[in-house]
Amino acid sequence: MIRYILRRLLYAIPILIGVNIITFFLFFVVNTPDNMARIHLGVKHVTPEAIEQWKAEHGYDKPLFLNREQGGLESVTDTLFVDRSLKLFSLEFGKADDGRDIARDIRTRMWPSLAIALPVFVIGLMANVTAALLMIFYRGTRLEYAGVVGLIALMSISSLFYIIAGQYFVARLWQWLPISGYGGGIDAFKFILLPVLVSVAAGLGSGARWYRTIFLEEIGKDYVRTARAKGLSELRVLFRHVLKNGMIPILTGAVVVLPLLFTGSLVTESFFGIPGLGSYTIDAIRAQDFAIVQSMVFLGSALYILGLLLTDLSYTLVDPRVKLA
Amino acid sequence: MSFQPVILWTDALVWLLVLACMGFAWHIARTPALRASWHKVLVRPMGMSSLAVLALFVLLGLADSLHYRDRLDNGQLDVEVKSVLDIALAPLTAHPERTYSAPLATHAQSRETVERPDGSVVREAPRLQFGGAHLADPEKDWLGDVLARGAKGLMLGLFASLLCVGLLALILSTLWRCTFAAALARLRLPQNGDLAWRSLVLTFALLLLATGVVASLAGGYHVMGTDKVGQDVLYQTLKSIRTGLVIGTLTTLVTLPAAIGLGLLAGYFRGWMDDAIQFVYTTLNSIPWVLLVAAAVLIVQVFIEQNEASFSSVAERADVRLLALCVIIGLTGWTGLARLLRAETLKLRELDYVTAARAFGVSGPRILLRHILPNVQHLILISVVMDFSGLVLAEAILSYVGVGVDPVMNSWGNMINAARLELAREPVVWWPLLAAFSFMFALVLAANLFADVVQDAFDPRSGVKHSDDPRSGVKHSDDSRSGVKHTNNPRAAGTEGQA
Repeated sequence: MIRYILRRLLYAIPILIGVNIITFFLFFVVNTPDNMARIHLGVKHVTPEAIEQWKAEHGYDKPLFLNREQGGLESVTDTLFVDRSLKLFSLEFGKADDGRDIARDIRTRMWPSLAIALPVFVIGLMANVTAALLMIFYRGTRLEYAGVVGLIALMSISSLFYIIAGQYFVARLWQWLPISGYGGGIDAFKFILLPVLVSVAAGLGSGARWYRTIFLEEIGKDYVRTARAKGLSELRVLFRHVLKNGMIPILTGAVVVLPLLFTGSLVTESFFGIPGLGSYTIDAIRAQDFAIVQSMVFLGSALYILGLLLTDLSYTLVDPRVKLA
Repeated sequence: MSFQPVILWTDALVWLLVLACMGFAWHIARTPALRASWHKVLVRPMGMSSLAVLALFVLLGLADSLHYRDRLDNGQLDVEVKSVLDIALAPLTAHPERTYSAPLATHAQSRETVERPDGSVVREAPRLQFGGAHLADPEKDWLGDVLARGAKGLMLGLFASLLCVGLLALILSTLWRCTFAAALARLRLPQNGDLAWRSLVLTFALLLLATGVVASLAGGYHVMGTDKVGQDVLYQTLKSIRTGLVIGTLTTLVTLPAAIGLGLLAGYFRGWMDDAIQFVYTTLNSIPWVLLVAAAVLIVQVFIEQNEASFSSVAERADVRLLALCVIIGLTGWTGLARLLRAETLKLRELDYVTAARAFGVSGPRILLRHILPNVQHLILISVVMDFSGLVLAEAILSYVGVGVDPVMNSWGNMINAARLELAREPVVWWPLLAAFSFMFALVLAANLFADVVQDAFDPRSGVKHSDDPRSGVKHSDDSRSGVKHTNNPRAAGTEGQA
């Protein structure tokens, strides 16, 4: 087991290097630091001196891959690639364009993101499973058919609509909850309630539809027929047998997103003014702050790979037949 | 007045896609197995209805893909690039207002300081220049006029629907080799195995009725109001259809070759090729999708800004950005389908007919083309149809993040983005938002329902069922195993998860 985990962690390294090369290529080779400086200084009236000065201030004044001014090993290490990409491996995210420490920002902004994402994950999972089970219980009836069409309709609505409609009706028109913002302590509850509800509603359509197919697959299996033959009631079959077995693919499928809960969601956070990592990223994209975007890409990729590893491990936990080699 | 046709990049590709679809249709007509599957789609009322709605959207989009520029009197070309759809919608654009006005309104949304003829100055909402300008006393006459116009539109729509039913019955009577009356009767009470013509007729009639009412009202009002600069919102929404369709379809042009090629190669040849391809798609997958698209779009933006001079019109610049967006989404979005095809190929390559072909000395590429590809094409089709709706929705998200289509382009994402501020106004400006959402909803819902039916019909594992039972298909729909809708798809994770 330990050896398996170690090997998987080692396997993650080339992928992270690949991610780094792609982002470095996108941010620094195609889109050179000169371009970046020009964007920040305004496209017109930019003197070469101003560009050089901006680059020096923000640490972009080194060569990309090979520094010919330095000798020996320094000629490879004293470059933008090492500075901006490889240092991410030691979680040194560097400074944002406005001089703030990115690692510190990430540490403080992680918690509001988690405060939204975790309830969304848990409540969403329960809501989806409940809806799916209800439809299984009424399977073959007109009610189920209407349910399926309803779910397809739900997933056809843009997630932006849920957010905008939720904000407009709940917060603005009826004034039940604050429209946006975030507070610490017990105050936080009233701020996170609306974004959580909206996100759960937005995910219900596709989530419940997917779980329904998983349960449908389970219900066709032999053990269900056996349970029915024993004379168990349909409800008991559903809850004691189908739900239990259906949760295996559901939970293992959900494990992959667990680490990514930290990074929050871009749109929800920026609509509701949550000071989390999602809104951090979106602000960075809009301000074209590549240092932040690159750090977030690295963080997201690392967490995703962690999620993949956890998924494989969770298979062995829930299903003893799976052996990891 | 003469004109000069303008072929934008996306126009050319859209028409190329139409050609490809026609070729595909010809292929279906010649292949009995495919014909049977498509027959299954069109027998289901849901399949036929959603196809009818989709067809209408496609028709509008295609009309909007024939561009031209007017030649002005002095021989110069007009700066504005227009399309055939613009000609059809000319009544909508002919009478702009000054600023916001509500749907079917006769007065502007906000009060202005107006000087009366007698010299006194009052603050009131002024009459609109076009909306309800024909009414002498809007307070009194408005409701009657709207109802009268609506009824006239309904009559027109009804007449047109009856005409369509008659035309369809005429065509079917030659097809079924029966009399016109018998064809009408069979339309009403379909025989076993008939396509769902009745649903087609009903959907079409509903669409025609709605069109009739809207067209009739548009003669005297702005049916969906006007936006900040007084432009008709209905016109903007209709123009946005093309953007949504282009993103939903052209992206697959990029996705398919990459996904099919790499997926089949990895699955069939295994070994180092499999490792390399798996490495590439795990890497691409692990980068958060929105961020990857954002980074690529920012670069394109810089490129476009630097080459501003090489575009002869704003439409051309916006078009290049739209195409770039499609390419970027395509390049980042092929991984889901590739993984699926790889898994399927791994299974297929061990089957007897493939082993037999190998034993006969058939070359690898030939086996892939002749034996593997035909047996995974249902997966490709299902995934294309399913991805379409996700892409239309993704456009709105990307435009919100600021990395979507060009801000000057008509798109639902841009309309929604602008509408966020309008909702904060007092009184609330809700109609551009509602118009964008409802049209987007109609398109995506039709696409999703169609995808659901297509999946039932083409997934070989959902084989045991009776086509006359409307529920059977839905009951057996088995998307987790065919894996297409598995949320591991980065695009799904990108739009759903990030939202």
